[in-house]
Order: sequence, then structure tokens, then C-alpha cells
Amino acid sequence: MKYLHLVWASLFRKKTRTILTLVSIIAAFLLFGLLDAVRTSFAQAGQSANGAQRLQTQSRLSFIQPLPQSLGAQIARVPGVAAVTYANWFGGAYQDPRNQVFTFAVADNYLDLFPEIDVSAAERESWLKMRNGALVGERLATRWGWKVGDRIPLQSQIFPDRNGSKNWQFDVAGILRAKDKKTGGFFDQMFLLHWKTFDDTTPYNQGQAGWYVSRLADVNQADDVARAIDALSANSDHETRTQTEQAATASWLKQLADIGLIVGSIMGAVFFTLLLLTGNTMMQAVRERTSELAVLKTIGFSDRSVLAMVLAESILLLVLGGMLGIALAQAVVPLIVAGSGGVLNLPRVGASSWALGLALMLAIGLIVGALPATSAMRLRIVDALAGR
Amino acid sequence: MRFLANLGLFVLLLAVLGVWVMLPWPGAAVLVLLIAAWLAFTRRGRQAASVASVGLSTLRQRIGASAVIVIGIAGVVGVLVALLAMAEGYSQTLRATGSADTAIVMRGGSSAEVTSVLDRDSALQVAQAPGIARDAKGEPVASSELVVAANLPVRDGKPGDEGSVQLRGVGEAAWAVRPQVRIVEGRRFTPGLRELLAGKGAAHQFKGLAPGQNVRLGTQQWQVVGVFASGDAMESEIWADANVVADTYRRGSSRAAVTVKLSDPQAYANFKSALESNPQLKVDASTTNDYFAKQSEGVTKVLRIIGIVVGAIMAIGAMFGALNTMFAAVASRAREIATLRAIGFPGLPVVVAVMLETMLLALVGGLVGGLVAWALFNGYSASTMASGSVGQLHFELKVTPELLWTGLKWALAIGFIGGLFPAVRAARLPITAALREL
Repeated sequence: MKYLHLVWASLFRKKTRTILTLVSIIAAFLLFGLLDAVRTSFAQAGQSANGAQRLQTQSRLSFIQPLPQSLGAQIARVPGVAAVTYANWFGGAYQDPRNQVFTFAVADNYLDLFPEIDVSAAERESWLKMRNGALVGERLATRWGWKVGDRIPLQSQIFPDRNGSKNWQFDVAGILRAKDKKTGGFFDQMFLLHWKTFDDTTPYNQGQAGWYVSRLADVNQADDVARAIDALSANSDHETRTQTEQAATASWLKQLADIGLIVGSIMGAVFFTLLLLTGNTMMQAVRERTSELAVLKTIGFSDRSVLAMVLAESILLLVLGGMLGIALAQAVVPLIVAGSGGVLNLPRVGASSWALGLALMLAIGLIVGALPATSAMRLRIVDALAGR
Repeated sequence: MRFLANLGLFVLLLAVLGVWVMLPWPGAAVLVLLIAAWLAFTRRGRQAASVASVGLSTLRQRIGASAVIVIGIAGVVGVLVALLAMAEGYSQTLRATGSADTAIVMRGGSSAEVTSVLDRDSALQVAQAPGIARDAKGEPVASSELVVAANLPVRDGKPGDEGSVQLRGVGEAAWAVRPQVRIVEGRRFTPGLRELLAGKGAAHQFKGLAPGQNVRLGTQQWQVVGVFASGDAMESEIWADANVVADTYRRGSSRAAVTVKLSDPQAYANFKSALESNPQLKVDASTTNDYFAKQSEGVTKVLRIIGIVVGAIMAIGAMFGALNTMFAAVASRAREIATLRAIGFPGLPVVVAVMLETMLLALVGGLVGGLVAWALFNGYSASTMASGSVGQLHFELKVTPELLWTGLKWALAIGFIGGLFPAVRAARLPITAALREL
């Protein structure tokens, strides 16, 4: 530690070179921060404690196939199920078909199963009373400037009403807020309407539920309860498939893309290049300082402390650039989220990303410093001072 | 004065990059010829060429530092090209599905086949509209199809891992409206039986889709009797008899959409207006070209943006790496450059020589990156949940010549910036000071 000023001074011996290298390192770790945020947002989806408590029951045939209404009461009687609710996918879009809205037609008790969603008791009460009432996620409401009491025209991409028109109208009854902003990114983009209204208005649903959600009395029973629910409809024409919310989300995201693989390969290319680049810088730095290092050894620095100093220099370079890079990523992420109007919802760079980043900085710093540091350690004073 | 010069340099840089981005390849070829002619036939050009050749001959001694430029730029180009190839493959696969002489008719306002429902009467009326091609028997070539999703176990997943595949219920006419679909293994399904034809992409993705095997859809066992190929998005689907599918999914006599073959592409306008003016029908018609182009739009755009953003951040890193290397190269040759200037070489040949060297290294990097991306990723299989579909779309990454050219352009742009500033410093070196330096 007492040699820090010496390491620092040698690092900035050639300012241009160090700063140019630093910018490269910052760029690499900025990319790392952003991509790791994407990766974590995929990995974390559905991984909350509340998510583990919920089971999703869908038609075994396919996710678009609805289930009979009678199944709900049967599921509620399965031992280990604390509560059941159901929902349908409405396929709503606002103004333009491209502006898709996560619209669900839900049963009245839907919010009871999602304690992580915050809505005031008064607003929930008024929603229950309004036939065309809707509860709107906070972020969604901000994006389009909706307020409680507004009438929202929403186009369904799937369901027409009895007159064949796909233009529906809903009145905003209340605002949904995610209690935990970090993991609840999806909840504040939802648009919830009454399943009853939906079913009465469209001739295409006829009393069916898109899927059932049940809450477990005991998380450890998840597998048994899921099997018991699926057994209810075994060999019927509406066989079901029940999974925990975590498992369902994970399998869905896996179908979307293998994010881990893509992020991994990009970062591989980036860090390989970075290795070479900083390696070159460190080699140059040590080569230039041959005589200085010889002087250090002459005045009594041991071989090992010279080795340690060169290694410390390369690690310092990496940590300095890497920290700045990840900090930059942390600053940029909210801008991206704001710029995309809430469509892209990335989490902030979390502690795990910082830790992984720091480990990478140390590892790259060690690898990069190893070669110049050993050559500095092996330096023979006489040769170095003679310029051989 | 120095400040103004730097500002001018910066403006020049932006202008050059702006023009460069717009430049198609014939423009670049002309540019290369012009520079080559200048190097060969003018006095200044020949000076620049000889200075550059001296620089290049010493390249071997600076192999490590030069490799930083080559590999740094190869990394940028490789990642950029691979990500853009993903966008390209996705968009090409969907676009290839459409053609100008077929049209698709769905319920009004439906954005995709799977969310559309047409009752039997509507489907029949659509088939009677003018402009539809007739087959040998004089019947209109119109295929009413049902599109649903089915859960199947994925090929290399854990037990219980299921994915969604789009299941299309078709009749005889489906083969007539899609001549590109051909059976590569097995046979067509027999109408009325629970028999399946698997697309090549779907067979690649899901377990049990080989001819002779049985798969479970819901409670029923279906037999796979063949595999078809079409080179487009249809390959990611499985096909079966429309009536049997309707029965399994309790859809009665309704269908999702009607795809028709037009007598010729010009007949479309007539066909569309006939449907619109029919008061009994509430349908939307579009050519399949438009329909699939629209389906591919969103995802393609997102993939392209991701590619460009990631590429740009990497490019910044590579650019500074190149700057670093070239500053070092100029510094190590300071005496040599000062000698040249002292015996009467003006600044321009020195600038051009340094630039040429950097651009050459960048070119090599761009080629290496492009070739690696091509070797590793051209034809690489990928899949995603496609928009407007309920199944996984299986597609191959396509490294096209245009993408390689884009990659080369990026490489040369990085080389240009990475070389410009060191080159200018070389030319501005005070001769006396540089000569005294050891």
C-alpha cells in the first residue's frame, strides 16, 4: 500500500497512452454493464418469492387454448391450494396496433394473489363497481398520460364485441404500483379489466378462462399440488399443464432467445480484444522503464516487490477503467429505459454485476500484467543499466 | 491558430465519416482508384508511397502492437456482422414466405393469422371473389386454413421442457398456393386421420417429429408421416388436415384465414376492392408480401439497433486502441520522420503514409472479422418466438456480401480516425526537437 503513489506515478508516466487505454477499458466495461443488466433482467424474471408461491395452469394442448370455467372450483378444492383466480389475454393496443398493452381480463379476486402489486383500497373498490373499469400500471399511465377517470379507447387484436367492432372503451379506475420496483417491472405496465365484462361483451369467449393462477399454502408442496391439479382434467378434452410461475416464465423466455449465449459470446470477443490491447500497453510501459526498474532494484527493491508493483499497476489500470465503465453503464441504463418509453425495462446494475465485473477486472489485470511483471522481475541490473 | 486547425480537423473528420457511411461500393472503388492513381502518378503521391513502404517494411518489428489494431477491429466487425446477420436471417426467412401473387384474407382488424377467425360462409365467399387464379378444373385456388399452437417437448431440453409450435390445419389447396413447399421425407398426411407433416425447422427443434414416430397433442396421439421443406417461415410449422385440427381444438367449421393465389399480381387491387365492397364480409386482405414484411419489421429493427449499439461501443474501444498503437509507432519513428522532413519532404506525404499504414491494418482486421463471422455464423441456426406467430420461428443467420461490406466500412472508418490524429502529430513534429531525441 505504501508504494501506491509510485505505482500511480508510473501508470501516468505517459498520460496519452494511459488515457487512451483507459477509454478502451471503459468502453469494454460499459458494454459489460449494459449486457449484464439485460442478462440479469432475463434471469430474474419470475424469480421472486411471491412467484414461487403461485402455480399457473394452462391448457396442455397450447397456451392459446382456453379452459372451462368449471375447472376453477375444482382447483380450489385441491388440498394445498389457498386461493384460485383466472385471467384471459385480451391483446390490447392503444392508438396504433404497434403500441401493444399488456391487457388481461381478470377475475375480481385476481389482485389478492399478487400481494406485490400495490393499489389503494378506495381505487380497488371503485374498480369493482365500474363495469368498464380498468386498473392501469403506473408506468403505462405515465407513458400515455392517463389519469384516474379518463376514458381509454383500446383496440383488441383478438376479440371483437357483439357488433363485430374491435374498439373497446375502458375507464381508468385506479393505478397499479409495483411494491418492489426492481423485480416488479412488469406489474406497472399491466392493464386489468373485468373478466365478466369481457366475457359478456365478446361472443368469442363463452365463459372460458385463459389460464388459472393458484396460490400455494406451502411452497414446498408445489410439485404435488401441480400434479394434483393436472390429474383433475386427465384424459378429458381439456387436459392441463401446471407449473410454478418461475418455471413458466423461464421456459417462456428461453423460447424467446438464448440470451445467456448471445451475451456470453459478445463479451468473449470484447474481453479477448481487451486482453490484447491492455497487454500491449503494459508491455510498452515496462519496456520503456527498463532502466528505471533497474535503478529501483539497485537501491534495494527485491525482485518480488518489483513484480508486485508491475502487477499492481496493471490491476490498477483495469480497475480504474472498469469501475468508470460500469458506473457509466449505471448512469446510462435509466436513460435507455426513459428513452424507450418504458418498453425496454432494464434493472439497475446490481451488486452481482459489480462483483462479477470486479472479478473480471482483477483476472484480466493479473493475466495482462503477468508477462511484463515476470520480465521486470527477471531483469538483471547490469544488463538493464547497460541498455542491453 | 492551433485550436482552429484542430477544429477544422474535427469538422473534416465528421464530413468524411458522413460521406463514407452513405457511400455505396462503386463509390468506394472509384475512391480507391483515385488514391492509387495519385500515389502512382504525382510527385507528392510517389513521395507518400515511398514513405509508406518504409513504414510497412518495419511493420514486422512492431507485430505485437500492430496486432492490437488488427484483432481489435476484427472483434468489432465480427460481432457487428454476426448480430446484423441475425437480423438479416430473421427478416429474409419471413420475407421469403410472402409472394406478390398470393394474398391473405383475415377477419378485419386482426394483426396475425392466429388471432383471426373466419366462419365457414365468409371463407367460402372470399374464395368466390374475382382475381383468384383457377386450377385445371376451373375451381378457385384458395386455401382456408386454421392456425393454432401446440405444445411439444423441445429436442435438447430437460424432461418436461416444452416449447410452442405453430400448427396449421390445411386442405388440398394449401399445396397449390404454396408451390415452394415440397416433401423431403415420407409422404403427405391422409385427410381425416390424425397424421402430421413436420416442417424441417420444427423437426430440428422438437423431439419426436421424425416420420413414423408418434407425438401427443393434448390427449391425442398423432402420427408423423413426413417432413417438408420450403426455405421460409413455413418450415417452422407442423401441418395436418384442417378438419381434424378443428376437431381437436374445438373450432367447428371456422377457419383462421384464407390464402389465395391471384391470377396475376395486378389482380390484387380488384380482389381487395371486391372484398371491401361486399357488405356480408368484414375482412382485411393484403398480399402475403406485405403481410410477412410487416411481421418481420419490429424484431428486425430491434436486432439491427442492438447490433449497431454494441458495435459502436466496441468500435470506440478499438479506435482508442488503434490511436494508442499509432501514436507509439509515430513516436518510435520520430527521428526518421524528422529526417525526411529535414531533407525536404513536406507534411502531406508523411500524413498520407501514416494513414495508409493504419487503414491497411484496419482493412486486414475488417477482412479477418468478416471472414470469421462468415465461417462461424453463416447458416447458424437460431430460433425465437416470432411476432404474429404462436410458435418458435426457426431461422438461419445470413452473412450476406452487403453485411461484409458494412463491416469493412466500419473497419476502415475506425482505421481512418485511429490514423488521422497520429498522422497529424507526425507531420507537426518540430524537426529540430525530434532530431535531437534519442
